[in-house]
Amino acid sequence: MADMTATPPEAAPQGLQTADGRPLKAALAESQARAKRRAFYLVAPLLAFILLTFVLPIGQLLSRSVSDPRFIEHVDRSSGEVTPIMTGLRAWFDDNPAGTEPDEAAYAALAADLVLLADLRGQGDVGTRINYEAPGTRSLFTKTARRAEDLQAPFREAILDVDEDWADPMLWQAMRDASSRFTANFYLAALDLAKDETGKIVNVPQERQVYVMLFERTAILSVLITFLTLVLGFPVAHLLATLPLRYSNLLMILVLLPFWTSLLVRTTSWMVLLQSQGVINSTLVWLGVIGEDGRIQMIYNQLGTVIAMTHILLPFMVLPLYSVMRPIKPAYVRAARSLGATSWTAFRRIYLPQTVPGIGAGALLVFILAVGYYITPALVGGADGQLISNLIAFHMQNSLNWSLAAALASLLLAGVLILYWLYDRLVGIDNLKLG
Amino acid sequence: MDVTAPMVEFDRVQKSYDGETLVVKDLNLAMPKGEFLTMLGPSGSGKTTCLMMLAGFETATSGEIRLAGREINHIPPHKRGIGMVFQNYALFPHMTVAENLSFPLEVRGMGKGERETKIKRALGMVQMNSFAGRRPAQLSGGQQQRIALARALVFDPDLVLMDEPLGALDKQLREHMQFEIKHLHESLGITVVYVTHDQSEALTMSDRVAVFNDGRIQQLAPPEDLYERPDNSFVAQFIGENNKLGGKIESVSGDQATVRLPTGELIGATAVNSGAAGSETLVSIRPERVEFRSDRIQPGWHTLEADVLEFIYMGDLFRTRLRVAGHDDFVMKCRNIQGQERLSPGQRIRIGWHPADARALDPV
Repeated sequence: MADMTATPPEAAPQGLQTADGRPLKAALAESQARAKRRAFYLVAPLLAFILLTFVLPIGQLLSRSVSDPRFIEHVDRSSGEVTPIMTGLRAWFDDNPAGTEPDEAAYAALAADLVLLADLRGQGDVGTRINYEAPGTRSLFTKTARRAEDLQAPFREAILDVDEDWADPMLWQAMRDASSRFTANFYLAALDLAKDETGKIVNVPQERQVYVMLFERTAILSVLITFLTLVLGFPVAHLLATLPLRYSNLLMILVLLPFWTSLLVRTTSWMVLLQSQGVINSTLVWLGVIGEDGRIQMIYNQLGTVIAMTHILLPFMVLPLYSVMRPIKPAYVRAARSLGATSWTAFRRIYLPQTVPGIGAGALLVFILAVGYYITPALVGGADGQLISNLIAFHMQNSLNWSLAAALASLLLAGVLILYWLYDRLVGIDNLKLG
Repeated sequence: MDVTAPMVEFDRVQKSYDGETLVVKDLNLAMPKGEFLTMLGPSGSGKTTCLMMLAGFETATSGEIRLAGREINHIPPHKRGIGMVFQNYALFPHMTVAENLSFPLEVRGMGKGERETKIKRALGMVQMNSFAGRRPAQLSGGQQQRIALARALVFDPDLVLMDEPLGALDKQLREHMQFEIKHLHESLGITVVYVTHDQSEALTMSDRVAVFNDGRIQQLAPPEDLYERPDNSFVAQFIGENNKLGGKIESVSGDQATVRLPTGELIGATAVNSGAAGSETLVSIRPERVEFRSDRIQPGWHTLEADVLEFIYMGDLFRTRLRVAGHDDFVMKCRNIQGQERLSPGQRIRIGWHPADARALDPV
């Protein structure tokens, strides 16, 4: 290293330097940091957008699913002022363990709290909150709060005089649960579980069990739809990948056509086709395959949901499959054939394994979309073709039990994440090819 | 199995893809067992189609293809038992090297122990024993080529087809692999049909070369005959470098023809497939058979005046471009031996060649 003699003597003995005498390593890190900063500024808008529209709402959803503070604080609708409520009763709950028979002190606290509640006009919200966990109790709060001013000691008798349902231990258990800021009750409810009067977790009565059944139905139908899209999409993707460009372009347009059509238009056209006075049934009757009274019910049930969703989700299976099939050279199958494999063996052992990343990606995509699908089952599902997302929507829009909706959605999210993890373990996420 | 029958036989085979034009026009070919035959030709000449028909991936439109005396037109590819090496190797990317080699044995229902012995032996043949656990993507082009070769040989086929197997390798590796394939052929006694468009590869490796053009075999001969005694202008042009002098046949006697060049000179040439007197012909002379030093031009040789146009130093050779009898592209190659004279453009020299080296062929 003859040129090392040119370095100034005060420089560090080891390490290269830039022309102006700074250590090369530091200079390199600095220039790279600049480039990284610039790259970050470019993606910053997207990052902000994702934080705002994705991370934040999901965080809200998760927190909402374990907390509904309407029993603890009252928010004034016009001023936004927050007032703590039910303070007396909550203090009594803190002093007495679960399962304690509510005594005069408890009723007195309740009466005092109801007075404040009536003052704030908050009895409706509180009633709604308790009603989620002890159904049929909302009217108790509105009725009693109206007369709270007139209540006299002994409060136990006075309140029971207004409505003797106040003695229901379930109600007191519900109020005790609602007085803590965080609760797992919405998750319990989402799994058809509830707490009994002693706080033990039990199944809800048979006739009110819906969610587990709906989760199961959603999972089963999603698996079925995923399977159908795979069976239908695989040959199409293969054709797309192997046909001469002229034909494959045309076929590609046909595959993508549904993407360019409104979801509602596609769904309603299935209604036109499938309904009992629809095109398919009428054609079958006209052909004499079925009689006038034997029209097949193909819509407003699970069959309708499956048919319409399979059609709508098909492109999501075809495209990832196509993207892995296109680079598979026909020479592989030829090589297998020349090595002595029948066409079936060549397909099974050589072609199919090479398409696994596409099958995985397509199946994951279709399944995840299917478990969260809402519009199509809502329109063509009828009663027994509804999926869990329809119930989530119901709780968001009709029953306004957002916490339960959030709990259901969180469970769905957890299920999808588990599936994703499983896929990573089995196939490897690096192998995922979405196109 | 008929022992005396040729290993491979094409009998009046024709092939058309669209029903309008014939890609293979009339193919007749018989190969004895153990031969190394190369199908050589420009792209689109039908050579790969012939190979694919032999492998079973294309069906002959008419005619018969026989393997060891048995007609195989309607036998599917997997029952033909022919080993094949593909242009881009076609190693299965999702399998290791050992699994790739195991595949043809598994589909033949071979037991595990036997498979392992055969895989080991096949990998040994191409010196790749230590690579059994690798995936194809982890191998270099040359290594992949060896594995593809081993895979085509592992199930002991009598016939191995190779479709431009060395096309993707660099020059040095290609030349090395040519010798390895040749050695394998000799030591295993297999029959090989080899397709290439590289004429030097064909000359180096083959027992016989079939030169394809326009859907026909133009000439089927050992490399030496092909180079020194081409049957027609296409073969002369395609194999090696070649000088051609256009002219008219003046007279023919036996296999000797006298040709009048456009400039008026008369030269003698071996008549190969030139027409009768009066017809057009192309006289072909190899550049390295042309001499210009008076001490080397023997009595009885033809001599012509030539102008030096260009002199190129190529290391082992000097390549001189000359104007001869009105042609500007007449090339003469001289070995760079001690004392060889270097010509310079503008010089006027006299060149000559042995009459047997000039061949009067069909005009193109």
